[in-house]
Amino acid sequence: MSPVSSSNPFAAGGNEIRKQRTENIAKNVMLGAAILLIIPVLVIIGYLFYKASPVLSWNYIWDVPRDLGRQGGIWLPLIGTFYLVIVSLMLVAPVGILAGIYINEYAPNNWLTRCINMAVTSLAGVPSIVHALFGVGAFVLTLGMGASLLAAACTIAVMTIPVIVTATREALAAVPMAFREACWNMGATKWQTIRTIVLPNSISGILTGVILEISRAAGETAPILFTGAAASVAVRTATVGDKLMPYQLDDRFMALSYHLHVVAEKISGMPQEMKYGTAAVLIALIVVINSFSITLRLYLRSRKKW
Amino acid sequence: MSVHIEFNNVTVRYGEDIALDDIDLQIQEKEVFSIVGPANSGKTTFLKCINRTIDLISSSKVDGTVSIQGEDVRRVSNVYALRRRIGMVFPLPVGLPMSIYDNVAYGPRRMGITDKQRLDELVEQCLKQSVLWDEVKDRLHMLGTKLSGGQQQRLTLARALSLEPEILCLDEFSIAIDPVTTMKIEEVLTGLKEKMTIVLVTNLTQQARRMADHVAFFNASELVEWGETEKMFENPDKEITGRYLNGDFG
Repeated sequence: MSPVSSSNPFAAGGNEIRKQRTENIAKNVMLGAAILLIIPVLVIIGYLFYKASPVLSWNYIWDVPRDLGRQGGIWLPLIGTFYLVIVSLMLVAPVGILAGIYINEYAPNNWLTRCINMAVTSLAGVPSIVHALFGVGAFVLTLGMGASLLAAACTIAVMTIPVIVTATREALAAVPMAFREACWNMGATKWQTIRTIVLPNSISGILTGVILEISRAAGETAPILFTGAAASVAVRTATVGDKLMPYQLDDRFMALSYHLHVVAEKISGMPQEMKYGTAAVLIALIVVINSFSITLRLYLRSRKKW
Repeated sequence: MSVHIEFNNVTVRYGEDIALDDIDLQIQEKEVFSIVGPANSGKTTFLKCINRTIDLISSSKVDGTVSIQGEDVRRVSNVYALRRRIGMVFPLPVGLPMSIYDNVAYGPRRMGITDKQRLDELVEQCLKQSVLWDEVKDRLHMLGTKLSGGQQQRLTLARALSLEPEILCLDEFSIAIDPVTTMKIEEVLTGLKEKMTIVLVTNLTQQARRMADHVAFFNASELVEWGETEKMFENPDKEITGRYLNGDFG
């Protein structure tokens, strides 16, 4: 044993100290980058709600827009966006989930599978404004839906399907292969295995993926711009029942994202707080949907069975 | 005694790699047939050929014929019924993410057995055969995945027995199980020999010696030789067989 280390054999040498210092610097730089992420979120939300605070009230949410949005509330665009989410969800969830199951569980490695995968990837790369034009051509004109809630929901559905297929595949792939093999070895068919083992253990991931993606898409203006959104609508709002169900599937509808676009740029003499109020409600709706979805995921994950 | 499982010139490839090279052997009805050999010698592939789960590996290609009671498994029209005739236990314990009871009842339910009393009896019988009953009888509705590794392995065995198979294939079943429980299961298996043919893949050559009627030695995808247990251990044809079986390798 050398005389230096005999005093304290565990003391760090020069090399060790340098390594620790580098480690600390690297960690703090990365921590700083991560903290930078929080700043835009706080600034955006804080600023929006500060500027919108003069109008924000239950009455603002429940009242219908008057005088092209210069007065009144936000109810018709809010419920419009809500219905847009629901209808899109009902259209896209079955197709996207079933396609995802096929690709992950059944698809052999052949040209058809490669075509499907390529279609999914390409579709995901198409800009939303192009989807909007496709929606006009396909749903509004060719299928004769006209500019309507249904046509807009169909456009959102086409736009979101690649992400939903991908989310489904990822959720399914998270179920260990050994579970499937154990079932196959007992003579279970592929469908029996999917129904009894794979789906029950991946449905939470699938559902949260679907909800998150639809709520993101519903916040966009482009896909509904030409397919059904309106700056103002003439609907009956006399009773509570009318207010809860103001639109039919073939009606034009108001939506928060498009309403924001209109009040922010198209109408003269618009009070500032009405613009910020619309933006704040849109952000709040998306935060609410995301929190619901994340809570659902956390709850189901806490019941995870392996 | 008659031939139960027969391999005729069976060659299996995964893509370009040969996993089994021209295998020929016969397994008699109601015997314990043991397969030993180092890692990557094709033992698990051999088992997958019997119940045709090899089909589920898309890169695999099988030449030659595997027959069960003279019937070519490739010509079986209902492959699911074929798999139900063959119990499989693989080395890694797999508790399905459901209750212990449901784990054992899984196979029978897929076969269409729904009668509660019948299922109860079956579950109890299989858990007793796999020496797990005493440890879990009071908590059958606990998740199977929460059991310890060794318990899950016995649960896997119980599941394999739940279909009352005519062939039981065990791939390293004792890898996660303590020696005392292993001995108990070996006793049970010896009893089960009355009812079914057992194909036992094992790394424990002494286990093969204790239990098997015939032993086959695989090495590097080839069947080096096979024969009666006594002869294989005491007087094998090839030197390498004797060295491997008696633990004198390298």
